[in-house]
Formats: sequence, structure tokens, C-alpha cells
Amino acid sequence: MIVFELAAASIRMSAPLLYASLGELLGEKAGVVNISLEGAMLVSAFAGTVATLACGNLWLGLAASVAAGMLFLAAFAALTVALACDQILVGTAMNLVAFGLTGLLYRERFGASGAALTLPIFPPVRVPLLADLPFVGPLLFEHNLLVYGAFLLVPAVHLALHATWPGLALRAAGEKPETLEAAGYSVRRVRAAALLAQGALAGVAGAYLALAHAGTFVEGLTAGRGFIALAIVVSGRWTAIGVLGVSGTSVAAQFHLQASDLGVPYQFVRMVPYILTLVVLAQVSRARSAAPAALGR
Amino acid sequence: MESTAPASPPDGAPALSMRGVSKRFGELAALADVGLEVKSGEIHALLGENGAGKTTLMNVLYGLVKPDAGRIEIDGRPVALDGPRAARAAGIGMVHQHLALVEPFTVAENLVLDRGPARGGLYRRAVEEAWARELAAGFGLALEPDRRVAELSLGERQRVEIVKALTSGARILVLDEPTTVLTPPEVRDLFVALRELAARGRAVVFISHKLSEVLDICGRITVLRQGVVQGTVAAAATDEQDLARRMVGHSLGGLSRGPRFPVGQARLLEVVELGVDSAAPRPAMNFHVSEGEIVGIAGVEGNGQLEICETLSGMRPARSGTVRLGGRDLTRASPLERARAGLGVIPEDRTQSGVVLEMSVADNLALRAHRRPAFRRGPFRLQSVFDANARELVAKFEVRPPDPDRAIGTLSGGNQQKLLLARELSERPTALVAANPTRGLDVAATEALQNRLLQARAAGMAILLVSTDLDEVLALSDRILVAFRGQLAEVPAEQLDRETVGLMMGGVGFPAAAREEAIRL
Ligand SMILES: Nc1ncnc2c1ncn2[C@@H]1O[C@H](COP(=O)(O)OP(=O)(O)O)[C@@H](O)[C@H]1O
Ligand SMILES: [Mg+2]
Repeated sequence: MIVFELAAASIRMSAPLLYASLGELLGEKAGVVNISLEGAMLVSAFAGTVATLACGNLWLGLAASVAAGMLFLAAFAALTVALACDQILVGTAMNLVAFGLTGLLYRERFGASGAALTLPIFPPVRVPLLADLPFVGPLLFEHNLLVYGAFLLVPAVHLALHATWPGLALRAAGEKPETLEAAGYSVRRVRAAALLAQGALAGVAGAYLALAHAGTFVEGLTAGRGFIALAIVVSGRWTAIGVLGVSGTSVAAQFHLQASDLGVPYQFVRMVPYILTLVVLAQVSRARSAAPAALGR
Repeated sequence: MESTAPASPPDGAPALSMRGVSKRFGELAALADVGLEVKSGEIHALLGENGAGKTTLMNVLYGLVKPDAGRIEIDGRPVALDGPRAARAAGIGMVHQHLALVEPFTVAENLVLDRGPARGGLYRRAVEEAWARELAAGFGLALEPDRRVAELSLGERQRVEIVKALTSGARILVLDEPTTVLTPPEVRDLFVALRELAARGRAVVFISHKLSEVLDICGRITVLRQGVVQGTVAAAATDEQDLARRMVGHSLGGLSRGPRFPVGQARLLEVVELGVDSAAPRPAMNFHVSEGEIVGIAGVEGNGQLEICETLSGMRPARSGTVRLGGRDLTRASPLERARAGLGVIPEDRTQSGVVLEMSVADNLALRAHRRPAFRRGPFRLQSVFDANARELVAKFEVRPPDPDRAIGTLSGGNQQKLLLARELSERPTALVAANPTRGLDVAATEALQNRLLQARAAGMAILLVSTDLDEVLALSDRILVAFRGQLAEVPAEQLDRETVGLMMGGVGFPAAAREEAIRL
């Protein structure tokens, strides 16, 4: 039964990665790389924590996370889209700000001791009938609502990109912004909209970590998942379906690693996000053919 | 969502009338009191050299450039065109000089992107593809809406651009230098389509700097030189000499090929089974350039010419095969070693790998020579030698302004190119690889440069001329190779004519596999 539980846990842990990487996908398809996705998630998780404690309502907490994510991305968009600053530099700076700010506010509010916070978490919701199926029932249909949302988001993002006109405009902004501009539309507006959507999704991802996964907030709660999401977008070849496949397998692999206990020192595990970022940047330049042509410009 | 074409004009009013249009860019008067009148059903040429102001005038018309002065009337009604949207609503369609399609998109996606969302904002593939097919058919043009633009030839892409420009009901169609990227057969197809559109009552503005083309297709011709109109003439009442005089401002001397150097048996530049480093695998290439010979490589841009030039100059490693210069194997030599062995290079992107824009003319001219003992004393440069060298070359190649101390980046493109050629030729290379040496130059500068190449040939240099300008290749070359999708084929010696080379540029004479392959390397 242990395998079974691991599989169910994999599905649950894919959810925040899916939210984050689908958000990043929207941004990159529009031509903007946001390496401060990690920071956006962290800030959102903190905002969700504070709001949940203040109001005692998980949904208000989620709303606060989403608002924080959108605010964070609004700042990112203002710098990279409106002021055309370098995306990597802004992303790096905003990550540092996010780490510092959440750390500071956390200690300010909850004390340096790091006394364990306990938050309510989103409860599992059994899907009627389907949850009663043998094996698949408990595996697929006994999760919290945010998990279902994450998996429904995959086809939704795919369709939004390929079966709607705004999706067409978004992809054009990432492939050939001049053409979109010549057609009489504002590339900046399209990119800003894509980034705001990314902010909302990063917000849900951050909320998930605090309010559905950990049930607490600690400094560095996101633990590099924002960076992993960046890598997932690249390895998923910039498609929603690819993102689904890669997040599934990578989470499964992670659990496998943990379960098999290879005794990898903790310090090395901590390095993983940074190594992944390097891999991403190297891959972006190598995998040009699948990447949006105007990515990062 | 776009408005339909304006109602038919009051009798007699031209479809388009621009009057007194002026535009300055800083010191430069790009347009000075320009007038242009185009009637419905007419194909009207806007003829002028590079930099004459043609694109600027059309950008004014399309609302992309705000003029300092001027009036625009469409069908006799004054209009204010403050952006592409307003221009389209007024019935203007534009095919830009650089094709602007989204390559990973299908044809239909490109057209819909430009048209704007359907009701509800959905993109329904089947519906939109049927719409695109019908739309194109309505203009007498055939399209395959479900194909990806990246897979289309440049001629097919242009057809998409034309349909795109006409989508919003344009009655005035502007094409900015539409033939530069096309093979001659594609140009013919384009002309058929344009005549058809004109016959259906549209006004067509055809921008070009090629005299023969303009005489071939246009009813009337407006000539622009340095932002000033040099008259509007009927094609039937003029000829190439007259047009050239108006366009350039003086008559041209013409090319002097001079006596043909007795081609030695010496194959100075020899390429054997060369495999270039490119994304897709390429068949190996074989060719040679003999002493006193110009070998032209013709072909539409992007058919592997860049890879060949970079491999020969040492900027790109060869995968396999051999490059020999005067019998010496240079396949793995660095660019510097090649230069020392006697290879001159005029690169495609002169501002990136040809000259250093921030450095002075004198320093740029000494970039190759400065290692020679004459140019230095120990590790120190001899400024007087740098200057003397520069003064001599600047005078010989008629560089304007003749100031060796200026940063080369402040000179016009034509003068930069003259300096580059001056530098390479002054090294007296055994062989020269010249990639599009006259691109962007005015007619007079082009002629001067081409004459220099012919002189070098007469002195025995082996020249590989890689050019997308078919006229240039035909005028200068002793033998011609055609590049098509990364492959080379030699044009038979007895068929060095426009027709044959043009067909080969479109893939005739190449293995079928090459023709089916995606066009992008
Ligand atoms: N945005 C701009 N800023 C400054 N100079 C410009 C600009 N656009 C065009 N020019 C200059 O105006 C002149 C006319 O350019 P253009 O209209 O593109 O010529 P053409 O299309 O006839 O080759 C050129 O000298 C060009 O360098
Ligand atoms: Mg132009």
C-alpha cells in the first residue's frame, strides 16, 4: 500500500508545480521569462498565511495569496514590460526582495524563535461515486479542491492558448511582437495581462504550499519549487501537455529518491534549485527551436 | 470588427492623394514637400534608391510615422491617419519591406491575428480556415490556410501578406520592395496577382529600386531622390536611362568588365566535400574558384549562403571536408590564419564582424595590417603610418567624408562598405569571399564597388561573390552556382541567363528531396 500512498502524494505535490509552471508558461509564451516566480510564490504563501490567521477563513487566505501574487507580478511587469528593464536582472532582484521581505515580516510578526505556526488546511473532498472505485478512487478522487483545479487547468491553458483569439495574441507577443503591434494591438498590454494571470496562478501555488500542503509557514517555504517550475516549462517544450508530463514525472522521481534514501547530503539538496536555474538558462539558449522566438526580449 | 471599404469615390478624385508631405529626422530631410497621386485600377511605382525616403513616405501613409507637414486625401476626402488602425479603416493595406508573419503560426492563424477576434473571442480552427480560404479566393489568390508559415516559400508567404493586407477591405494596397526576396518565377506570379487586383479596381503602390521591374508592371512612376520627388512619368513615355538619371541624379558610367584575365589552371580557392555545420544535415559541397575568376553564388536569402561564407571565413567550424587556398589546407585554420594565408572576407553583417563602429576610419583600415612591422615600433603603433595608410585608401576608394579620424559608425553604410572593401583589397589577398557586397548601397556606390571587384579579378584574384541580387551575380560572374535549401548546383556554362538561374533559385535542377525539405536551415 506504500506505493499507492506515494502515488497519491505525488499527485498532490504536482499541484503547486502545475499552477506555477502553467503560470510561467503563459508568461514565456508571451515572451517574458520570470525567474522570480519563486519569490512570487513565497510572498503569496506568506500573504495567505497572514490572511488565514487574521480571518480564520481558508478561502479568504487563498484570495489574499492570489492578490499578493498579482501585485508581485504587477511590479515585475511594470519593470520588465513598461520600463523594458532586463528580465533576468529584475527577476533576480525581485527574488532577493521577496526572500528578505518575507523573512523580515515573518520574524516581525511571529517572532524570531520560529514558533511553529499551525494553519487550517484545505480538506480532501471525495468526488461522489468516482471515489468509491477500487484503487483509482482513493488515488484520483480524494484530494483537496486545489488539486482538482490544477489538473483541470492543464486543458484550460492549452485551449486558452490555441482556441481563443487572446491566446493567439499572447503567442504572437512571444513569437513576433512587431507583427502583433502592426496589427494594431499593444504588445505591452498583452504581456502585462499574461503576467497578471501568472501572478494569480503563482498565488494559488503559494497558497497551496502553506494552506494545503504544509499547514504552516516557515522561511523559505517554497524550497525552490519556483525554480523547478521554470525548468518544467523548458523540459515540457513550452506546451501545457508537456508541463503536465514533466511535473508528474519529476515529482514521482523526487518521491522515489526520498523513499530510496540515497543519503544525499541536505546541502546538496538545497543546491538543486540553483543548479536547475543554470540548466534552464543553458537549455533556453540551446532549445531555441521550441522556445518562443522573442523570449526574453 | 474592421470597417468595410469606403464607398466609391466622387467622380474623378484619385484613390489616394498625398500633398506637401515633409518629414525630418534630426538634420536629415527624409521627405521634402512630397506629392503622390494614385488612381483606382492603377499600379503606381514609387521608385528610388535605398534611403530615398520611399518607406518613410509609406509609413506616413500607414500612420506609423507622423509627418511634419502634409495632407492626405482618400477618394477626395481628407483623412487623419494617426495609426495603423486609422489607416486600415481608411482602406489602406500594407505589405511591409520585411515580411511580418508569425512563422510558427498557420496561415489562417496569421490572418485571424491581424483581422481581430471573432465574436466570443474563440479561435475555431475549421471555421477560420474556411474563412481564410474563401477570403483569398475572393481576391483571386490561392492559399492553404492550414499550413504553417515556416513551411512556406517566400513567394507563398508574400501571398499571405497580400491577403492579410486586403483583409480589412483595403482599396489601396502598398507593397514595399516586394520582389527583393523572390525568385524570378515568383516575381512573375506576383505581377499576375497585382494586375488582377488592379483590374478589380484597387489602387496599387509598388515600391522598388529596380528599373526594369517598374517599367514592366507599372502604369505611372513617381521617382524619389533624397526625399524630393523627381517627377511622375508614364511608363510608356520613359525608359531605363531616363529613370536612372532621375533616380541617381546623373548618368552612370556602367560596368567595365575589361579584358578577361586568362583564367589560370590554378584553383586558388578549392572546396572539397565540405560539410557545413547547420541544424539540418546537408550534403557535402564541392566547388572551386580559379585565378582571375569571379564565381557567383546566387540564391534567395536564407538558402545556406551564410553558412558557406562563415565556414570559408573560419567563423563556423566545418563538419567534414577540406578548404584549400592556393593548395594549402585551411579547413581548421582560424580567421587570422586564413587572412595571413591570403583570404580576404567581406562578411554579410559588416557592422558586426566587418568593422568596429566605435573605432576610427584609420584604425579600422589597419585592423589587418597593424601586425606588420611597418605599422609598429616594438609593441607601439606608428600613428603616422596608420594615418598615411588611411589617407591613401580613403582617397583611392572615394570615401565621404575623407576624414581618417572619424568613428566609422558615423559614416553611411555605403562608405563603410567601401572602407571594408578597401581594407580587404589592400591586403592583396589571393582569394576574396564577398557576401552581398553592395547591399544597401546607392546605385553609384554599387557601380563603383562592382568595378573594383572586376579590377581585382583582372589582376588575377579569385573571387567568390555570394549575392542575393541576381542582376549582380549575372553581371559579374564568370561561372554561377545556385544555393537552394543548403545545397549548391552549378548553372551549365551555356545557360548563364536570367531564366535558367531564376528557375534554379526556385529549386529546378535540385534533387526532389531538397525541394520537399523545410526552407529554414
Ligand atoms: N526612424 C528614423 N530615424 C532616423 N532616420 C530615419 C528613420 N527612418 C528613416 N530614416 C532615414 O531616412 C532616410 C529615408 O529612409 P527610407 O524611407 O527607409 O528609405 P527607402 O525606403 O527609400 O530606402 C534614410 O536616410 C534613413 O536613414
Ligand atoms: Mg525602404
